[in-house]
Amino acid sequence: MHDLVAITPLGAVRPKVDSHGPVTLTEVTDRALASVAARLGHEAETATALERLLGAPAPGPARHGGKSLMAFWMGPEQWMVEASFETHEDLARQIGSDLGAAASVTEQTDAWCRFDLTGDGLADVFERLTTANVRAFEGGEAQRASVDHMGCFVLCHDARHISVLGPRSSAGSLHHALLTAMRSAH
Amino acid sequence: MLINHPLLGPRDASEFIYKGDAALIHRPDPTAPDAQEVFIDYGYLRDNPAGAHRELWFHEQGDRSWLVVTRDTVTHEITEVELARDVARREGRSK
Repeated sequence: MHDLVAITPLGAVRPKVDSHGPVTLTEVTDRALASVAARLGHEAETATALERLLGAPAPGPARHGGKSLMAFWMGPEQWMVEASFETHEDLARQIGSDLGAAASVTEQTDAWCRFDLTGDGLADVFERLTTANVRAFEGGEAQRASVDHMGCFVLCHDARHISVLGPRSSAGSLHHALLTAMRSAH
Repeated sequence: MLINHPLLGPRDASEFIYKGDAALIHRPDPTAPDAQEVFIDYGYLRDNPAGAHRELWFHEQGDRSWLVVTRDTVTHEITEVELARDVARREGRSK
C-alpha cells in the first residue's frame, strides 16, 4: 500500500480556522456524506428505511435532522445523509445495503467541502453572500442556495452555528468569499 | 419577480432558469408513422400568446425541480405553479 497523506479541501494537512470579529470560520473535514434518491415507486419504502437509519422521520423540504445519523433534504425524494467520517468512512456502502433496490445511494464525501461559521452576527455575513433568508433561520433549515455564485447548501444548526457545503473543487473560492463577507460585515 | 415554489415557498426568479413552453413535456412518440411531421411541430412551432402562458422553469439554484408555471406574458403575473412531475403524472406519463 502507498503511504498517502490526506489533505483537506483547502490543500492543507489540518483544517483551516479563521476568526474575524465575533465570527469563527472552520473547515470541517470529519463528516462522511452519501446521497439517497428514492427510485420511482419506492418513495414510501425509502422514507421508512431512512427513518430507521436516522432514528427520526426523513426531513421534509428544506429541513435537516436525525438522531443516530443526520440527513438533510435536497429535493423531492432526495436526501443527503451525513455521519462521522471516523466511524462511517464507507457510509454509502453501509446505508446502501439498508436501502437495497428502493433507492440510489451515491458516495458524496469527496464531492463537497464544508465550512462552519460560529458566533454572533452570522445573518450579517450571509446577507452579503446569498438570497437565502438566513436572518429568519432558527435552526433545522437546510437550503440549497447560490453562495457567491456557487451552488451550496446552507445548514442552520442554530442562529450561532451555520454550515455551508460547497463544491470541493471550489473550496478556495468559497473560503475566500466567506472570509471576505466576514471582514465586510464585522 | 417571485415564483411561489410548491414545496419551498416564494423564491426569487434569479434562482430559476427558463426553459420554454410547457408543451415540451409532451414529447411525441418517435416510432409513430407520422413522427417526422409531429417532431417538426414539437421542435419548432410555439404558440405566442399575449396572456396566460404555461411554461417550464428549472430551480437550478434550489432543489433542482422542474416547475410548470402559468404566467401572464403581458403583466408577468404568476397565477399557478406546479411540480412538472405532478403535471406529467396527472397526464398519465412517468408512472
